[in-house]
Amino acid sequence: MSGDPMLSCRDLSKSYGPVRALEGVSLAAERGAILAILGPSGCGKTTLLRLLAGLETPDEGSIHIGDRLVDGPGAHVPPERRRVGMVFQHYALFPHLSAAENVAFGLPRATEGDRRVQAMLGLVGLSALGHRLPHELSGGQQQRVALARALAPQPELLLLDEPFSNLDARMRVTVREEVREIIRATGTTALFVTHDQEEALFIGDEVAVLNGGRLEQLDAPATLFHRPRTRFVAEFLGQTGFLPARVTEGGLNTELGPLAQRVDLPPGEEVDLLVRPDDLSLAEDALGSARVYRRVFQGMHLLYRVRLPSGRKLDVLAPHTQFIAEGAPVRVWLNPGHALAGFWRGEALGG
Amino acid sequence: MGLLLLLPPSYLLIRSLEAPGVAGAVLLAPGTWAAAGRTLLLAAAVGAASSALGLPLAWLTLHTNLPRRRLWLVLVALPLVLPSYISAWLFAAALGPRGLLWQGIGPALGLSRLPSVYGFWGAFIVLTLCAYPYSLLVIRAAWTRLDGSLEAAGRSLGLGPWACFRRVTWPQLRPAVAGGALLAALYVLRDFGAVAIMRYDTLARVIYLAYGSAFDRHTAAVLGLLLVAMALGLVSLERGASRRARLHRAGSHGGRPIAPVALGPWRPVALACCAALTALAVVLPLGILSHWLLRGLAAGERLSGLWPALRGSVTAAALATVLTLVAALPGAWLTVRRPGHRARLLGRLSWTGQALPPLVVALALVFASTRLLPALYQTLPLLLLAYVILFLPEAGSSLQTALRQIHPALGEAARTLGRRPTAVFRTVTLPLARPGLAAAAALVFLTCLRELPATLILSPAGFSTLSISIWSAVSEAYFARAALPALVLVAVSAPPLAWLSLRGEA
Repeated sequence: MSGDPMLSCRDLSKSYGPVRALEGVSLAAERGAILAILGPSGCGKTTLLRLLAGLETPDEGSIHIGDRLVDGPGAHVPPERRRVGMVFQHYALFPHLSAAENVAFGLPRATEGDRRVQAMLGLVGLSALGHRLPHELSGGQQQRVALARALAPQPELLLLDEPFSNLDARMRVTVREEVREIIRATGTTALFVTHDQEEALFIGDEVAVLNGGRLEQLDAPATLFHRPRTRFVAEFLGQTGFLPARVTEGGLNTELGPLAQRVDLPPGEEVDLLVRPDDLSLAEDALGSARVYRRVFQGMHLLYRVRLPSGRKLDVLAPHTQFIAEGAPVRVWLNPGHALAGFWRGEALGG
Repeated sequence: MGLLLLLPPSYLLIRSLEAPGVAGAVLLAPGTWAAAGRTLLLAAAVGAASSALGLPLAWLTLHTNLPRRRLWLVLVALPLVLPSYISAWLFAAALGPRGLLWQGIGPALGLSRLPSVYGFWGAFIVLTLCAYPYSLLVIRAAWTRLDGSLEAAGRSLGLGPWACFRRVTWPQLRPAVAGGALLAALYVLRDFGAVAIMRYDTLARVIYLAYGSAFDRHTAAVLGLLLVAMALGLVSLERGASRRARLHRAGSHGGRPIAPVALGPWRPVALACCAALTALAVVLPLGILSHWLLRGLAAGERLSGLWPALRGSVTAAALATVLTLVAALPGAWLTVRRPGHRARLLGRLSWTGQALPPLVVALALVFASTRLLPALYQTLPLLLLAYVILFLPEAGSSLQTALRQIHPALGEAARTLGRRPTAVFRTVTLPLARPGLAAAAALVFLTCLRELPATLILSPAGFSTLSISIWSAVSEAYFARAALPALVLVAVSAPPLAWLSLRGEA
């Protein structure tokens, strides 16, 4: 990454007893960027956040915030001197303090009426509710107080730990848009942790995928989606099928016919192509060798699960008008409109 | 801090080993084993009787249509707040050979005296009435946590109500019933007042007599160790039972509540049983206490002796409360926030502390201070040290409960907002822990107020407390003189103690 990183960490490792929570993770975030940390539970993403906040000390590696070394050989800046704000998973609002007092907590000698507190409450749209205690606020309101509290001392880095996991599905979509706008409005560099790939792709300017304590890939959402570097990333980003193919002189040969996509491999090599439901098309055909075994109505689309003659199962996306009965024979073909990602002996194929 | 708890038993061990001849003789003496046998017999009988009372009472106050179940729970659990020495004295004063009952009916029936209540049966009845509330509360707590849908599943699989209890509920409840019985038995091992007044020669009474009559330190030390060993055995059994009770609970939370059973024609019978128990264990003692008070006042007993005792009690208890909480706080903090090796060790020490009978702790401190620091003997600090050792485990566990309710993320949030650890403690932890701290303080204070054996043995000369005034009046059979301090003690300690013990239940 070029330019002016607000955060950079190098070779971070952390173990809890025999458990390696984080292994050699290096990443950087530019000033003002929002970086999503995505991974399944237990992948080390919360550990990474706690290391950045200074709540844990890394076993190895270094962390720079701005140009300050906050963790490294012989250095550990305690959390209260890092200028790092954190929004906790369960918000961790102080139950004995009102919303305004919570927001004022991190400000030196601030009182409830202070302009900064009012401005922060206004920013998150809670000006009228500053006197309420946390338990008198809804989940979404508590979330916004937690955000205002973390942003009030103007941190250099904002960390959000699964910030939307306590909200119901409908609310999550609205709240995450609001939160993104608020972070953008303050120009704060933010890192947020999630296990929800849709959320990561929505909020992150860049997304880091963690698995088993290691960084799998750090890229812009579109790159991550179209050019996954590992099978794990491809599968974790969802709705992924794999189709084996053999390299030929002119391109690739698959069970679904030839594909005119050139790869840098000698003919005869076997590769696994990454095919998403929208890369495929199908048509009802009495002579077709594939069969629909399940039809899923998704509103705007129909998702057909088909079984190929080889027994391989793939998902195919079709317009909601294309109605085919379950059990019907169909013909399936590749229709990507772009070069497909693929893997050769576990390695991603070069672009 | 944990070392404090090890001090008394280790010192007794040293003293016993100093005179191996005496130790051997004491351990081989038939009298020793007879006393140990009586102790175990009494503990087992009281334990069994407590759970036998506690189980049906828990059921009646939880799962039936008994009218005003919650009120009855409070009433039947109330004996918990009466110190055993007061209960024992009132029992003897009422039903003794020439007690109140005899004075009422004896002459009319031509009886010169009633049969003796002293000995095993008297001690058994008094201690059961004092200890069964502990069994009741343990069993009730376990029963509350049972998943009602399991019982529903049993019934839907064709079991009748009785078969369902036997095959579904009882197996889950059994560890709690055992735990409740063991808790009551431990109460017996730690008790001194009731067996002393009921003149039943358990180890505690034999130790006290050995210490009091001949200042026979080696014998008292060896017997004390024997008592500690028995109590340790009980505590580890109790721990095993409560661990099994926890296992049973796992995975069955969030179930449906159990539908109450209609008692039908048995309802008046159940009511009568609860009423009779309340009358026997609560109303009767208080009535007798008032009776003696009136008799004493009529006979010219004056209130003036009360003030030094009240002042002494409150002073000692207040100082001990502060010291105990200060001593317990670091350990509680460590256990809640930094669980691991050290915290586990501390936890183990702390439950060992529950096995230390107050009498034994007091004797160990007398022996240790006369030998090592004679200046400390018969001073207030030594009494306070005994209180701290005795109530440290209890204070520690209530502090842990208070701290556990504060989510660790709150402290971390305060750190990320720029507060240093000490400031976090002051501005976040302390305000949030305040109710729990207050409850822990009240519990320690009230328990100190009621404490008898350590107070009796360690109080400085001329220092008077309520419990000492009661004890000395009772042991000289000046019942009327004991009534006033006893009533004051009960009036001051019973209501808050009842509230503290029952607030989670009713």
